[in-house]
Amino acid sequence: MSVAEQTQESTLPSLTIVKDAACTFCGCVCDDMELTVENNRITKAKNACVLGKAWFLNHHIDDRPDATIKGQPVSYEEAIEYAADILLNARNPVTYGLSDTTCEAQRVAVAITDWVGGTVDTTTSVCHGPSGMAFQGVGEVTATLGEIKNRADCVIYWGGNPAESHPRHFTRYSLTPKGQFLPNGRKDRYAVLIDVRKTKSAKAMDEFIQIKPRCDFELIWAMRALAKGVEVGPEIEQKTGVPLAQLQALVDRMKTAKFGVILFGMGLTMTRGKHMNTEAVLSLARDLNKFTRWTAKPMRGHGNVTGADNVVSWSTGYPFGVNLSRGYPRFNPGEYTTSDLLLRGEADAAMIIASDPMSNFCQQARDHFVRIPTIVLDPKLSESAKVATVAFTTATYGINVAGTAYRMDDVPIYLRPAFQSKYRSDYEILKAIETRIRERQLAAS
Amino acid sequence: MPETFILIPGRTSRQGTTLNEGKYTDDYKDETNTLIASGDDMRRLGIADGDLVRMWNEVGSVVLPCKSASAGEMPSGLLFISYGPTSCHLMKAETHGSGMPDSKGMDVFLERVATG
Amino acid sequence: MSLLQIQGGTVYDPTNGIDGVVQDIWIQDGKVIAPSLDLKADRVIDARGYVVMPGGVDMHCHIAGPKVNVARKMRPEEKRTSPMIRRTALTRSGTTGSVPSTFATGYLYAGLGYTTAFDAAVPPLTARHTHEELEDTPIIDKGFYVMMGNNHYIMKQLRDGEPERLKAYVGWLLNATKGYATKLVNPGGVEAWKSGDWNANQLDDSVNSFGVTPRQIINSVAQAVDELGIPHSVHVHCNNLGMPGNWSTTLETMASLEGHRGHLTHIQFHSYGGNPNDQSTIRSEVPKLADYVNSHKNLTVDVGQVMFNSTTSMTGDGPLGYYLHKVTGRKWFSGDTEMEAGCGIVPIVYKNKSMVHTLQWAIGLEWYLLINDPWRIAMSTDHPNGGSFMAYPEIIALLMDRSRREAILDQAPAGVRERCVLGDITREYTLNEIAIITRAAPARLLGLKQKGHLGPGADGDVTIYSINDDKQRMFELPRWVIHRGEIVVDGGEVRSNKAGTLLHVAPDFDDAVVPDIQSWFEDHYSIQFRNYPVDENYLHLHEVVPTRI
Repeated sequence: MSVAEQTQESTLPSLTIVKDAACTFCGCVCDDMELTVENNRITKAKNACVLGKAWFLNHHIDDRPDATIKGQPVSYEEAIEYAADILLNARNPVTYGLSDTTCEAQRVAVAITDWVGGTVDTTTSVCHGPSGMAFQGVGEVTATLGEIKNRADCVIYWGGNPAESHPRHFTRYSLTPKGQFLPNGRKDRYAVLIDVRKTKSAKAMDEFIQIKPRCDFELIWAMRALAKGVEVGPEIEQKTGVPLAQLQALVDRMKTAKFGVILFGMGLTMTRGKHMNTEAVLSLARDLNKFTRWTAKPMRGHGNVTGADNVVSWSTGYPFGVNLSRGYPRFNPGEYTTSDLLLRGEADAAMIIASDPMSNFCQQARDHFVRIPTIVLDPKLSESAKVATVAFTTATYGINVAGTAYRMDDVPIYLRPAFQSKYRSDYEILKAIETRIRERQLAAS
Repeated sequence: MPETFILIPGRTSRQGTTLNEGKYTDDYKDETNTLIASGDDMRRLGIADGDLVRMWNEVGSVVLPCKSASAGEMPSGLLFISYGPTSCHLMKAETHGSGMPDSKGMDVFLERVATG
Repeated sequence: MSLLQIQGGTVYDPTNGIDGVVQDIWIQDGKVIAPSLDLKADRVIDARGYVVMPGGVDMHCHIAGPKVNVARKMRPEEKRTSPMIRRTALTRSGTTGSVPSTFATGYLYAGLGYTTAFDAAVPPLTARHTHEELEDTPIIDKGFYVMMGNNHYIMKQLRDGEPERLKAYVGWLLNATKGYATKLVNPGGVEAWKSGDWNANQLDDSVNSFGVTPRQIINSVAQAVDELGIPHSVHVHCNNLGMPGNWSTTLETMASLEGHRGHLTHIQFHSYGGNPNDQSTIRSEVPKLADYVNSHKNLTVDVGQVMFNSTTSMTGDGPLGYYLHKVTGRKWFSGDTEMEAGCGIVPIVYKNKSMVHTLQWAIGLEWYLLINDPWRIAMSTDHPNGGSFMAYPEIIALLMDRSRREAILDQAPAGVRERCVLGDITREYTLNEIAIITRAAPARLLGLKQKGHLGPGADGDVTIYSINDDKQRMFELPRWVIHRGEIVVDGGEVRSNKAGTLLHVAPDFDDAVVPDIQSWFEDHYSIQFRNYPVDENYLHLHEVVPTRI
């Protein structure tokens, strides 16, 4: 198992500077942080954006019990044994979350789920899961963020607000940086935002296209038609709110760009049409390769959600929503995805790693969650941790724990921790649970 | 008869920063429990900045303060809320076989309840 | 201390000149030792009446890293109809199809009697990902080749006339990635695709914005690899893969390797005559190319055999991916990696009713049969491109039995016989020759002195087969498989979940060049220079294979 490199650059009494640290708050995973650490607090986070600063500067180690069983403080060892009990006694446990932890921990979580024959699902299912399904349908033409920085002279943001959700995406990767083949940076790029709302991102664009809600699919399909030279009627404006002439001009521009990219957000995946919307946008980018180079990329959210997709895929062959109860992996979104398993009352235990379904899931799912035995691993108190049968307080990945996280473009980034936590990492706790489960399974067989 | 709107929950910068401060801080609760509507719609419905409104659908009902969007940000008929526990309260369970509940573009009713 | 005695088997160990001799093999603490009457084994395998060979070595497959994982994600449809790998008390579950999950990959290779395999195409930026997957690929020893054929730093040094700097960079990059060998994929052509110029079809085409040619890239990296003493030669995927008429490009590539070692991979895909604009004109040009290889001892090949099956094409050759998408109309993944590489993935079906596909099948077999020296050719399907590694037993049977080939040629679409010479070839492989092309030769080509043979000091990797006239059946289901002295497969059942060992190189290089690499890196990459190299602490069980100097 991977071990941390030396993390300390220069050490004065109680003052440490950690260079090249990564921020795992959003999917950008910017790895150029320079953190000043004083007495187990990060006092400066050079290069961090507003979200990154909030991530680092607010980070403190809560004074909470290491673990609790039914709300009562217990030792790690007792909680680990109890967690193993829950998982071994369940017939259909679900493992969920995983986007805010290291790949090392994700791998153990998948292993545990395999050994006990449960379901493993990640926050992908309520994020870009539909993009994953679209990917299975049509594929994807894409590139790493550095490639976009170096080449993309036409950038279309669709159904997202990177200025607020991925604040450094504009300046570090896609809009303003000077690139290898774009020496003048912003001036060499044409940027468009397509969204229902004129968000803060619109200000940074050359063109903003306001689309009526729930008409993304129709607009994308019209653009595919125009790109192929198929006639589109003026009624497209009534349907989507976008005049035909504006659309035609945009498509013409896309066809004559040297290298284009569509960066799409959850405005496509969370709204009506879901994977049909993302399948359409992936198809549009693909089609344009007949004329010039075009790519597309989902703007993935949480720090290591992309790593979760990768780990679950290489372990099982499927990216999320994987059921292992028959002894081999099966995949079916809507059936083996966590929201569905809970609201139908099918899961009889749950293990949540760094996620909070009690805050984010629909009411029926939450109602079921409190009825079943649950294990929650989280650095902070959450609604889910409050109701968990077994709750572990964990060290925060990236800040207190070394490991790997994958950027939204699947580039793996090494995480250099700033300082140690008194709590154990997800990896350590999960590994201990796995060890107990294996000992008991092998003793029984 | 209350008017119908389309509600779009989404991420905001303040939602992200206050999330890091903690889900139980006043700022996070304030950010994720404030509705944003277009100025035109608010005028038409007699809602002043900060008034309490009731927003509901077949899933649930919430009462929360409403504030005006900046000029030009929101078309009429659209509502925005910072993604969080309140928005999830109105989220339908159905995922249409995708695993993803309809988390944006929800049909809701809106009416004014009280002065803020 | 553990001592295993494999007693009385009929041993095929071509490296040590043993061709079907009954003798014992002793393995102590994972290594083969000289037989000794003084020792008492902890475990004895009664191998009388069985064939004993070194464990198989696959020198070219795609089993780990970003493109493999993308292909797994992209192909749920085939997993539903493919055999499942069930969890057992000892082993993990998995999925198969053309791109098995990591755990499944390790178990399937072991079950087939293969104990070592190398992924052939990894972009350096994603080396970390590849290491993570390889750690989750159990039992087998493994490593990967680092793609360099479209690397901007290399092209820049060529343009600037800095061969020493280029060489130092190759050494630095192998160290930084913990890779095993250098790989060139469509040198120059992938950069052309990424920059919108589609491809580099001629060896002397100049690649846009660098002004260097594929020939220069091939020649200079081959030279660097030799001078650095890398155990495996440069590993070349030629330009124009799959195009009718590409044999002349292949011949020129061979010529450009003059004076250096060079390995030409999945050579089957590069041996076509005909007109590039008309698929129906395709024909075999293996005899001319095989003649050239036969007379040039610096060259080696693996085949990339096409089998009739439904599979997934995956390649670092971006423009090839686009070509296959256009030809097949199937879903398509393309992924460009900054400064380094490209990638194309498309599902593909090879049909025995297709003249072109049947000819590709025949061309692969011609290569095995027209290379005089089996030590210079390795078995491969370019898994999963031409077919799965699970097809190796069927290929063995085709090589050992001319009538099996004839049976397929008899059913072949019109025109196949006339476009190749396979029907005229009477050669049949012996068991010894099979042992060469499936383990001894690939180990030697890789410079792995402890693999592919059973002499004292070798790793205790052994495969024991039941003798069967049906050679496909014989090689499909080894009776025992032993990895580093541990019985990992017994009677068709995988009995181990061990991690296997990562094999990598750590060549010496002139580190005075590092500041220049860093300065270039910081101008163009989107991650920090210090976060690029994979630290040794990051690796699971690993061994450095020494360089030659």
